[in-house]
Amino acid sequence: MAAAAHRRTADEDTVVISGNRITIALAGNPNSGKTTLFNNLTGARQHVGNYPGVTVERKAGVCRYLGYEIRVIDLPGTYSLTAYSVEERVARDFLIEHRPDVVVNILDASNIERNLYLTTQLIELGLPLVLVLNMSDTAKARGIEFDLERLSRLLGAPIVETVGHKERGTESLLEAVVAVATTPPDTPRPAVTVGYGREINREVTDIERLLSGDEALVSHYGGRWLAVKLLEDDQEVVERVRSGAAHWEAVRDAVAKARRHIERDYGDTAEIVIADRRYGFISGACQESVRSSVELRHTRSDRVDAVATHGLFGLAIFVALMYGVFYLTFTVGQPLMDVLEWLFGCLGDAVAGLWPADSDSPLKSLLIDGVIGGVGGVLVFLPNIILLFAAIAFLEDSGYMARAAFIMDRLMHKIGLHGKSFIPMLIGFGCTVPAVMATRILDSRRDRLVTMLVLPLVSCGARLPIYALLIPAFFSPHLRAPMLLAMYVIGIALAVVGVKLLRTFVFKGDSAPLVMELPPYRMPTLKGVVIHTWERASAYLRKASTIILAFSVLMWALATYPRKTHLDRDYEAEIARAAGERNAALADLNAELGLPPESALLVADDLDASAAPHHAVRLVHLRQAIQAARQRFDEAVADEQLRADSSRYHAVQTHHLGELHRLQQTAPELYPLALRLLDKIQGPHERHVAQLEAARSAELLAASSVGRLGRLIEPLLKPLGFDWKIGTALIGAVAGKELFVAQMGIVYAVGDSESAGDALRAQLRNDYSPLVGFCIMLFCLVSMPCVATFAVTARESGRIRWAVFQAAGLTATAYVVTLAAYQLGTLLGLGT
Amino acid sequence: MSLSAVVEGAIVRLVRVNAGCGLRSRLTAMGLVPGAELQVVRNGGRGPFIVAVKGTRLMLGRGMGEHIVVR
Repeated sequence: MAAAAHRRTADEDTVVISGNRITIALAGNPNSGKTTLFNNLTGARQHVGNYPGVTVERKAGVCRYLGYEIRVIDLPGTYSLTAYSVEERVARDFLIEHRPDVVVNILDASNIERNLYLTTQLIELGLPLVLVLNMSDTAKARGIEFDLERLSRLLGAPIVETVGHKERGTESLLEAVVAVATTPPDTPRPAVTVGYGREINREVTDIERLLSGDEALVSHYGGRWLAVKLLEDDQEVVERVRSGAAHWEAVRDAVAKARRHIERDYGDTAEIVIADRRYGFISGACQESVRSSVELRHTRSDRVDAVATHGLFGLAIFVALMYGVFYLTFTVGQPLMDVLEWLFGCLGDAVAGLWPADSDSPLKSLLIDGVIGGVGGVLVFLPNIILLFAAIAFLEDSGYMARAAFIMDRLMHKIGLHGKSFIPMLIGFGCTVPAVMATRILDSRRDRLVTMLVLPLVSCGARLPIYALLIPAFFSPHLRAPMLLAMYVIGIALAVVGVKLLRTFVFKGDSAPLVMELPPYRMPTLKGVVIHTWERASAYLRKASTIILAFSVLMWALATYPRKTHLDRDYEAEIARAAGERNAALADLNAELGLPPESALLVADDLDASAAPHHAVRLVHLRQAIQAARQRFDEAVADEQLRADSSRYHAVQTHHLGELHRLQQTAPELYPLALRLLDKIQGPHERHVAQLEAARSAELLAASSVGRLGRLIEPLLKPLGFDWKIGTALIGAVAGKELFVAQMGIVYAVGDSESAGDALRAQLRNDYSPLVGFCIMLFCLVSMPCVATFAVTARESGRIRWAVFQAAGLTATAYVVTLAAYQLGTLLGLGT
Repeated sequence: MSLSAVVEGAIVRLVRVNAGCGLRSRLTAMGLVPGAELQVVRNGGRGPFIVAVKGTRLMLGRGMGEHIVVR
């Protein structure tokens, strides 16, 4: 066994039994607490990747104990090791090809009979085993007692008791692992064979004998294992033996004959009979070593389930929980988002400060508009996304998600999706990228692809700024919340239609049958939720730091070049003239205060107090205080979306006027001067300059590649009610939907001030009707998903063609749907 | 009789699953082997079943109910 067992590969999978390195694999049923144990062993030192060629997650980590470095591979949770599912094949292949030093089989102690099914197959593989009775506290509470010594003898492996979520037993486990790994190979080990009954055992031995001539096969896989698998008609094994055995025909015929005999004698196919015998073996072992003293009929989980899975109540609970999840994401996340937005603003300012104030440097523009603007736009959503994923992780770890799949299954089935599909869709509300990765939980490739293709229709977080810009621009306050809801509903409705169409024309055939375990409810651990959340959030971050960064830079380049050198207006001259006008006005004020006429002290923001006359300093401080008060007032009105005739507005305004009055009291003689400074000199100048800057940006953009492209596609967009400006912004949104708003800002030359949002909205209201506003949102909702989604769809589906199909299909659908909406709306005179 | 006809709360034994080898193998590994004792926890006429077998609870799609033979 030793010689042929190590396949040397170039990567770090090379197994080295030498010195103090031990490699172990964790195998076990889903929901057996395997992941928690893996976390307990490896903590933060884990690495998640993919098994080569398949989209099955590969988790590896490191742990140190007694001077040994233990590499831990967490195999996918499986119920058995057949060739029927990709997870099982991956797990099996790893065990055979890499021959870990120890296989740690994790069993749910309160559910041991079913869990031991996998164990019997691990025993047959002949690998050194350590059995872990996890969740032993639950078992004890249920009155189940184990004779560990006997059970260990019957199964041929040491047994350790653990309570994973309380981190108990980890040390004993490591002890057992090291003990088994360091047992010299020629120590006699109790050979345990899973007996299948006399007749079948004979058939197995006969086939084993036929194979004994094939050294390579037998030493690599084990003769008995091969024989049993052949009897079970395991296709993968059949393939390997066919290509490896010297006398394949003889083997094949013997196997066929044996299968016929078994079917004749026992009335069922060989694999079912063998499976039955396995359970028989398990049952026998358990009868001797497991005692159930108390017959607990209804566990706590069952009582909760009586309500949670019961028709209407269950649905109500589900809806309430989903509402809770979104409430958490949007309300709690909002202030955090604001903080991040502010931080990015500061970062932008800090970077801008590295250049002189009116520098035209492309590098500066690249960093601020391209990098910080683009990437920042994505990262700002991080709080929302983390909260959403945390809530979902909590629900998953608690076991509720299985119940949710139960409730959603009927609905999903009617649409043509699998019950489990709703989980990726839920994640899709945050970000489509991890949602696409989450489709891995679907077993059938068909279900996975269909879900992946329509996922972008579930409005992701990136579309929110678009809605936040357009909805208040075109719709009165009482229509706003319904409009937002409508966008989400339309998305979901289109997804449903999309699935139906895909199922009818492309992916014909039934959805995979729903077979899912309902684990008992469990209190999630903080550590588990954090790790779980982090796995998804990091996908989002990676999207931001790689693809969006690359595309933001690309978009920036397209929007900056070609640079129009001879502009229509001489902006420099106009800015200089504006400065001159301001200085003239300032000179008078300077004279009144005894300052030199060309002093710019009064409009400065940071003041060197020692060098200036006292009253000038006071004037500047007063000016700054008034500015701050006005800003607060504007923000309050904007935050609460106050209308000028509402009582709340009056209240806020009264407060503001009170503040101003107090300021006046502090320096009554300077107050009118401060107002003059702000409203007659500084204010108008700043606005004028901002206008000029913005107009220049708009002109440059129109001349750039993006602008030209926008004009180029304008005829295509006209039937939708769009113009080249919207076209330009849509092109920019290819990098990430969040960039749509930024691009609109530039096209409309609203510049960078705080009131940019309102200014932009005002312009939009001017140029477009509410119908067009709605159509823009509709188009953004449906059309081609962002580049990151494209990339991850290509990777998860294994073929670029699906990502292309998704992008093309969605864009075409967006065009058609928006066209219909616009034409219909115009015809009916709605919102024009 | 088929699983769909079993009342909630009843305890039955599995006779046979009429399905392809992939699905049968999966169900077997989860405990549904001929002769196994099942309790039907939820059978609401619509939506998936919930059955208790070998100490766990399994959710099975409605469509499978016709193909699972019990007595």
